[in-house]
Amino acid sequence: MRPPPFQTLIDAHAAELHRFLVASIGATDAEDCLQETFLAALRAYPRLRDTANLRAWLYTIAQRKAIDTVRRRGRHRTEVLAGESGEARVPRSATAAPHEMTDDGLWAAVRSLPPRQRAAVVHRFVLDLAYREIGERMGCTEEAARQNVAAGLKRLRREVTQ
Amino acid sequence: MTERDRERDFERDLGRRLADAGSRTPTLDPGRLQAELRRRAAAADLLDVAYASVGSPLGELLVAVTPRGLVRIAYPGEEAEVLEELASAVSPRVLRAPERTDRVRRELEAYFAGRLRRFDLPLDWSLVHGFAIEILHATARVPFGSVATYGEVAAEAGSPRAARAAGNALHVNPIPIVVPCHRIVPASGGLGGYGGGEERKRFLLELEGAAPA
Repeated sequence: MRPPPFQTLIDAHAAELHRFLVASIGATDAEDCLQETFLAALRAYPRLRDTANLRAWLYTIAQRKAIDTVRRRGRHRTEVLAGESGEARVPRSATAAPHEMTDDGLWAAVRSLPPRQRAAVVHRFVLDLAYREIGERMGCTEEAARQNVAAGLKRLRREVTQ
Repeated sequence: MTERDRERDFERDLGRRLADAGSRTPTLDPGRLQAELRRRAAAADLLDVAYASVGSPLGELLVAVTPRGLVRIAYPGEEAEVLEELASAVSPRVLRAPERTDRVRRELEAYFAGRLRRFDLPLDWSLVHGFAIEILHATARVPFGSVATYGEVAAEAGSPRAARAAGNALHVNPIPIVVPCHRIVPASGGLGGYGGGEERKRFLLELEGAAPA
């Protein structure tokens, strides 16, 4: 199959990729990261061989750009806004129940997860996808997606209750 | 309740809480995102085909330009097919970018308002091949307000006996209106065919004061 007009990718996936990035790296950087994602995709697009799963391809790029953004932030810690990095500590209390947490605290905890667990958790709960779809988008098996979600949740539980 | 049950409950609540918080994430402003993306794509030479919809008395026209010039004008009703065609024949880097089609839009508006008789636009002939190039070049030389026959354009293109081939080439003209295939009519009289339909051909010729009786 020949690649469809690039605009159709933006129309179909921009909003969802944006939610994925907001949950993964925070609202401040999500839009710029989404720009980077689409620019990188646009650059590679005419040479793309396999156009069967363009959505998964976009998620692969978005995830890579999200990791780049977090790394860049690590080097410029002082520029990082509160609530989006390790500086804004995850609230720790022995009694914290999920419904008592603030959104910021919750996202801080999600963002402290290793990249694959974070992506899996966001796909599962923020984008409400089945494990099979998560696997497709992350380029792994359904089982690996399930394990990443389970491991992510376990780790989140430790983060917020310890 | 066992420790394992508590873990499971907690994780279930956490999942609900994440979904809930996720539904409150700020929504994307697609207009702003795309305007900035187009700017950066153009700066990096990654905007190969820009298109937009342009209103006209003949309906919403789809106008597409490349860095070389105007490559396509399409009548309503086949937008998706036209974009697919551009993606495979020119480049899949196709973006909606109204600011890039402004010059074409202004000239089309002036033409339909009767203020412009000759388009002054760079053209990109990427979608035209072989004999059709000669035919459309000859067609582009037929002035506002006059008509020519299929045989005459064929002769002008160097093949006087190719009137029928000329008709076929004109029927798939990728840049109607600007490359005035509506000015080509049958020697036997009448309007002849038109890719956009006979009504549109009549409208254009009447606009130019050149409709045959």
